[in-house]
Amino acid sequence: MATHTVRFVETGETLACNDRLTLLQAMERLGRKGIPVGCRNGGCGVCKVRVLEGSCERRVMSRAHVAIEEESAGYALACRIIPTSDLCVTVIGKMGRAFARPEQDRKLTGE
Amino acid sequence: MGMTGVLRPGHAAVRVLDMKEAMHFYGEVLGLIETGRDSYGRVYYRAWDERDHNSIILREADQAGIDFFGFKVDSPATLDKLEADVRAYGYPTERIPAGDLLQTGERVRFEIASGHAIELYAEKGKANSPQMVDNPPPWNPESERGIAPIRFDHGLLYGPDIEKVQDFFVNVLGFYLTEQILLEDGKTQLAIWLACSNKAHDIAFVRHPEPNKLHHVSFLLESWEKVLRAADIMSMNRISIDMGPTRHGVTRGTTIYAFDPSGNRFETFAGGYQTYPDWDPLTWTWEEVGAAVYYHDRQLNPAFLEVVT
Repeated sequence: MATHTVRFVETGETLACNDRLTLLQAMERLGRKGIPVGCRNGGCGVCKVRVLEGSCERRVMSRAHVAIEEESAGYALACRIIPTSDLCVTVIGKMGRAFARPEQDRKLTGE
Repeated sequence: MGMTGVLRPGHAAVRVLDMKEAMHFYGEVLGLIETGRDSYGRVYYRAWDERDHNSIILREADQAGIDFFGFKVDSPATLDKLEADVRAYGYPTERIPAGDLLQTGERVRFEIASGHAIELYAEKGKANSPQMVDNPPPWNPESERGIAPIRFDHGLLYGPDIEKVQDFFVNVLGFYLTEQILLEDGKTQLAIWLACSNKAHDIAFVRHPEPNKLHHVSFLLESWEKVLRAADIMSMNRISIDMGPTRHGVTRGTTIYAFDPSGNRFETFAGGYQTYPDWDPLTWTWEEVGAAVYYHDRQLNPAFLEVVT
């Protein structure tokens, strides 16, 4: 079992991630924070990251959140990638937006 | 007879990213019964105590989420009448031929203000299990396999304009409002629960900027003990749990939220209460929104409002 070091560019923090766990699993099992946790299964998109350096195995993830052109630019969902080398990543996904309001409804649906 | 018109949620078509993984989950872990596969590659399931041929339909796609949510109505005449009523309300409708879904009659499909495709249909083939109809035992091997919910029960959908959704469901489809959560202005609804029966909810909506989102499809269990058993089975199978076991203030249901292998949230729940259409809706204020959703913690987790497919 190989262990890889994942470095978060914003904070400089590092995380040890073995080659049997997804990046998100490795973070959660150590009680660490940094990447928002959603469905953990590639569907909801809140754990989106961009891999700036390094390689990883990618499992299927929703195209609603990672388009083909994004995938080739290193974007991925942290719940679906297993590092195969040391990684340098930046966190894209966000949680904790304000509640939707009726006026936001209208703005976002073009009414 | 009290229950006429729209009878109940009948089917939900869910998109999955990997059919093989999905079939293992829905068939073995959740413990639904596979009832068929069609030429599009869709796979059909029902819960052990359901009387109709299918209720959950899986389709492999590159995005998770829900394709459509269907209600069974009491007769073809009601289907025709409601189709005319929906059109008169101003929503275009589409007739999907019988047999497009296995063992399912003609469906009338339309889009509601929240962006979801809703269907009505009057006919679906019977579940092929005579042992559940003639001198039926109270349980059987299928009721003990996996989590084994009694039935597909309801859905919670996220999208904009939920006041328009409520107006449509109440004034066209004959539903009534059972509960609501209001925002801090004391007027605007954050969430609505609607019934076409005497269940505390047959469908619910939360206000959300993006249209056509799935929060969860829900499956009924018999008891709180079965909810705990479901949680054990989820952990034994490394299922991603979102929240619970806990209780909702709204509907009083005891619950677990968790995710299928494609990230679609599902609920296994027990309890709740029976309602009647002459009852006033229950209202939760903004100060108590936490208890409305998660009664024990009395606080929302960010995922409740933001993690959808």
